[in-house]
Amino acid sequence: MKYSGFRVIKEALTGHRGWGPAWRSPDPNSEYDYVIIGGGGHGLATAYYLAKEFKQSKIAVLEKGWIGGGNVGRNTTIIRSNYLLDGNEPFYEFSLKLWEGLEKELNYNAMVSQRGILNLIHSDAQRDAFVRRGNAMLLNAADADLLTTEQIKKRYPFLNTDNARFPIKGGLAQHRGGTVRHDAVAWGYARAADSCGVDIIQNCEVTGFKIENGTCLGVETTKGFIKAKTVGACVAGSSSRLMQLAGMRLPIESHVLQAFVSEGLKPLLPGVITFGAGHFYCSQSDKGGLVFGGDIDGYNSYAQRGNLPVVEDVCEGGMAIFPMLGRVRLLRMWGGIMDMSMDGSPIIDKTDISGLYFNGGWCYGGFKATPASGWVYAHLLATKEPHKTARAFRFDRFSKGLMIDEKGMGNQPNLH
Amino acid sequence: MIINHPLLGPRDSSEFVYLGDANLINRPNWQEDGALEQFVDYGYLRDNIAGVHRELWFHEYGDRSWLVVTRDTVSHEITEVRLASDVAIKEGR
Repeated sequence: MKYSGFRVIKEALTGHRGWGPAWRSPDPNSEYDYVIIGGGGHGLATAYYLAKEFKQSKIAVLEKGWIGGGNVGRNTTIIRSNYLLDGNEPFYEFSLKLWEGLEKELNYNAMVSQRGILNLIHSDAQRDAFVRRGNAMLLNAADADLLTTEQIKKRYPFLNTDNARFPIKGGLAQHRGGTVRHDAVAWGYARAADSCGVDIIQNCEVTGFKIENGTCLGVETTKGFIKAKTVGACVAGSSSRLMQLAGMRLPIESHVLQAFVSEGLKPLLPGVITFGAGHFYCSQSDKGGLVFGGDIDGYNSYAQRGNLPVVEDVCEGGMAIFPMLGRVRLLRMWGGIMDMSMDGSPIIDKTDISGLYFNGGWCYGGFKATPASGWVYAHLLATKEPHKTARAFRFDRFSKGLMIDEKGMGNQPNLH
Repeated sequence: MIINHPLLGPRDSSEFVYLGDANLINRPNWQEDGALEQFVDYGYLRDNIAGVHRELWFHEYGDRSWLVVTRDTVSHEITEVRLASDVAIKEGR
């Protein structure tokens, strides 16, 4: 069924009896060409592009819970491509371009809103760093715009530009950045993949891999053994737990990242704003709630809930730039589990086990990468060669000294 | 989280800085054969356990001692806290 304005009107006039489920709920076959483990944004996007762009068939997505119940349903919904390093920036710009055409591509309203993102500058040294980053973005055909304090005051009059400790000295804006309705991304990809013949199998947890002579032959699941020519793991947050079943140790620690939503307010925040001196980022959802977050808690965790010191730290960051936030009430908060990699960048690569592939290590930047991650992973699974924008996301970059460390923090995952 | 410091008693976790898996105490010997592979493993690969995890915490806003904390990464429950120096001596470091 194609969604359209005409369809909405027709259904409204006929009592909304014509809407069907957006995807099927099939039982798994005994054998597939491709099994994608993980029905989150990345896994569903991978399955969709495998079927649509790479013309593959016999594809299944296995999800242990319900699709979109992991980090694609637990993030702060920001899209952007404001990276510095050559290994990253072309990939994220590719992703932003895919976001721009996503809704037409999927025939699904994902509420892609290019309301812009602004990174605030608080010192001369930080301006130098942001100018360099802006130039790197321009070199990779992304957009970047250095704003003066006056321009920022005019556009965002509520910002505290004269904070004694962290005055606002300017900002780096990416006007094509913005926000997307995160659940709709999972649902849109699921519906589109399903219509291409992909089997989306929910409540089906992978409990083991069948590996013989260094080749992965399939996966053991709670719904029985499923034979597969190619298995793609795509379970960021639980990557170490899953890959341990294949005997692998990863350059990843799992950490909890908290996010927050305030009570609904009238429109006040045009776009996404990030604090450059602490770690705080904020946007306003279409329902009116301020959506914001900050640092990870900083210790290994699989708990999907964090602790209060970080709540305080994030709110202090918010108060430093938006004094008006002081009387806003927090409506809800939650924690998601991040694959924090050793250099802060993701891994999309084959493993040492033939037929077994890995996508993970997204730190807390996985949402914006969803379309490109799916595309390049599908490229890797279908052609066995990395996509040109994802060649740097290799496992062996750690042993070869080819880390992609945007912040220059070294092998300390909780600092990325 | 409250960390029960062996010398100072219960302290808030925000006084501490987290380093990671307590196996980082066992730094490889650079003169051994295969030291390069061992250091790649030591520097970059982690067990990343969902469950009982031994990990290093540094009491930065306190007595600046290193602790080995045994904590469940699923429930955040802390079951044992020891001075890292005691653990290292016991492990023959």
